[in-house]
Formats: sequence, structure tokens, C-alpha cells
Amino acid sequence: MMTDFLKSSAPTDMNAKKEAVMNAVRNEIALTNAQQLMNSANEKCYKACVTKPGTSLSSGEQTCLSRCLDRYMDAFNIVRRTYMTRLSKERMEDQASV
Amino acid sequence: MDTNVKFDDATQKELASFLEKQQAEARLHSTIHNFTGICWDKCVTGTPSTRFSRSEESCLSNCVDRFLDTSLFMVKRIEEQRAALEN
Repeated sequence: MMTDFLKSSAPTDMNAKKEAVMNAVRNEIALTNAQQLMNSANEKCYKACVTKPGTSLSSGEQTCLSRCLDRYMDAFNIVRRTYMTRLSKERMEDQASV
Repeated sequence: MDTNVKFDDATQKELASFLEKQQAEARLHSTIHNFTGICWDKCVTGTPSTRFSRSEESCLSNCVDRFLDTSLFMVKRIEEQRAALEN
């Protein structure tokens, strides 16, 4: 209703809703990030560890998958660090040349 | 919480700016995931062990830097070719 639109909201209600929106966005971003990581690790580790699919995962395959997941997380961290370092290096060079 | 709460202009601007930052961060995550996949394929070839060897670690690091160098190189080449066409 138009009258609802024209009513002003109590500041605390609005701030609470603002925080809720911001948290919802943060959570969704974090969830998407985790999903991307898991999908990727799943694909790479299945390829590396389950070469001839049997009727169940052998204990050897399970050990391999466990290690692989740890390695994939390590790889992700190395890539993240390298990329962030490179980004700040490029930013500094841009500023220096201005 | 009142679901009919409206945001004032200042808050809307704040949310818009926050959303933009978060989307930039999400794009960053996406890029890092993409690189991790590419560089894993290039650098981690054997059966996964209990930790990376030093050569695997440096390969992963180099992989990222060289991909970015490749990007810059390609842009430069395209620019050179475009300039050559115009002359």
C-alpha cells in the first residue's frame, strides 16, 4: 500500500534488517566457495585415486582420497597466496607508474 | 522482525556498495578455483602423498604466475597486430 511506503521505518528495525541482508550475502558467498572447492576436489581426486571402479571403495582408494583432499586444499592455498601476491604486486606497479 | 521495513537512501547506498565488494570477492574465488584446477592438472601427476614435494609446490606457484604472464603477453600481441594493421 502507498501509505506503507511513505511510513518511515524505526532505525533499529532497519539496521537489524540491513545486518540480516549482509549476513545472508556473506553466507551465500562462503557456501558457493565451499561448493566450488568440493566439486573440484571430487573430480580431481576421483580421477587420481579411483582408476578402476569396483563394487565399493577399497581401503586403499579411501586412503588415497583422504590424502588427495588434503593435497587439493594445499594446492588451493598455494594458488590463492600466489595470486594475491601477484595482484598486490601489479597494483603497486600501477601506482608507481602514475 | 518487521518484514515491511524499508531502507533509507543512505542504507541502500551502503548495501549496494557492500554487494559490489562481495561480488568482486566471489569473482576472485572463482578465478582461484579455476587456476587451482588448471595447475593441479599440470603439476600434481602421481598418486597423492602425505605432502607436496618442493618441486610440486613451486610448479603450482609458477603455474599461476605464468598463466597471468600469458594473459598479458596475449594482450600485447593482439595490440601489436592491431597497430600493424592500422599502419
